Amino acid sequence: MKKKDVPQDPGIIDDYGYELCYAVDNKGEYDLVPSIGWEPKNIANDQAWDVIDRDVSKALEGVRNGRLSPVAYYMAKHQMDVGLLAQYTGFYQWQVRRHLNPRVFRKLKEKALMTYAALFEVSINALKSIPESTGPTSR
Amino acid sequence: MKLDFVHKQSAHCECGVTSNLINHQFKDSGQTISEALTFGMGEGLFFGYLPFIRVNKLPLTTFRCPVGKIFKQVTSGLGISVKWEKFRSVDKAMAALDRELEKGHPVGCRTGGYWLPYFPPSLRFHFNMHNLVVVGKEGDNYLISDPVFPTMVECPAKDLAIARFAKGALAPKGSMYRITKVPETLDLEPAIRRGIKRAANAMVKNPVPFLGARGIGFLANRLERWPRKFDSGHTQLLLGQHIRMQEEIGTGGGGFRFMYSAFLQEAATILGDKRLMSVSTLLTESGDTWRRFAVKAARNCKGRATDDDSFEAMAETLRTCSKIETDAFRELLDIVS
Repeated sequence: MKKKDVPQDPGIIDDYGYELCYAVDNKGEYDLVPSIGWEPKNIANDQAWDVIDRDVSKALEGVRNGRLSPVAYYMAKHQMDVGLLAQYTGFYQWQVRRHLNPRVFRKLKEKALMTYAALFEVSINALKSIPESTGPTSR
Repeated sequence: MKLDFVHKQSAHCECGVTSNLINHQFKDSGQTISEALTFGMGEGLFFGYLPFIRVNKLPLTTFRCPVGKIFKQVTSGLGISVKWEKFRSVDKAMAALDRELEKGHPVGCRTGGYWLPYFPPSLRFHFNMHNLVVVGKEGDNYLISDPVFPTMVECPAKDLAIARFAKGALAPKGSMYRITKVPETLDLEPAIRRGIKRAANAMVKNPVPFLGARGIGFLANRLERWPRKFDSGHTQLLLGQHIRMQEEIGTGGGGFRFMYSAFLQEAATILGDKRLMSVSTLLTESGDTWRRFAVKAARNCKGRATDDDSFEAMAETLRTCSKIETDAFRELLDIVS
């Protein structure tokens, strides 16, 4: 890649500075060149977030029509699956799977709720209520 | 408290951490090593297409060696002693970190990326291969030299704690490391030769068909079959995942190929061998070809593919990469052995 070809397409890093690319000057010698992004990367990144957003809205719909507990929503929002959530909370996977059931979730003990609330950084009350809207996830 | 640590931004986190930590030890003698040198001495360059390992339910493609290898190879190649620690308890891990800082040692940590609040939101995914150097603590905030950021950053203790104990594949388990002893001078030449030789062996003498330069051809064959095997939504996801692995922050562009070319240029000067310069040009060409592939793949993801972006054309581009890299690393083997 030539220095003059280092792309500067905004999208991912925005206000967070820039990344460095390796590129050659006219004499063919390498140098580090700052870049704020590249369109193909933006496309791939957007695509990954679209998948996450789709999972979150699916979970939210499940919570709204009473098929899933709010844990399912927060799990999707934090890009986790049952396996990863089990590792973070210390529950077994079968326990997490049960907690996704609204009837089981309603009877959960304070301690278990605390575990989820602390991990997802919300209050227990927020955890128990149906989340408002999806909004853009963390984008 | 803040240690006197020179933060230098780099393209790749582990290489940046390695060179910054080593340069810190040699700051009085004025010897420095660049990020590209650490990448080469650490046998950083690689290729592997591993469809049986899933990241976000999609196959893993890697352009570099496993995490942690660069730091290990560079320090062992240069005769630098290192202390590694892993922990079971979060409290003990954080206390050990504080103790090292008290003693005035900058400490390298492996973390997950998802929990670090200073990351741009659009890059906060669960990946556990991030490296950073903790260089101080003020109140409840740690001062961190994260080499992929332009300046030093701050991170609250509770976020760093969970990042150090991120879960999932390759969980860091609180890994931390610091340099304990260094030799008088850095003897780069043998480490460079060793690094080139091992990387070249892994690239062209690899018996496993989906690893090394041959692995790129393997991926090309697989890629050609994708449109017949999967629906268009899934093929787009596969291509998108590949672009992210190849170009996401930390590669310096072109799946590390440009960084390796930069290393070869430095190596040519240090070893006084002009031939390395021509191999460097070859690998630059390979990196450019990888970038062309990413452009084609991205057009497919967007549904804007032209005739030039067919799966046959993309596979052909990959085969070009495979061929260039086979030639380049064969030549490197000749040069160093």
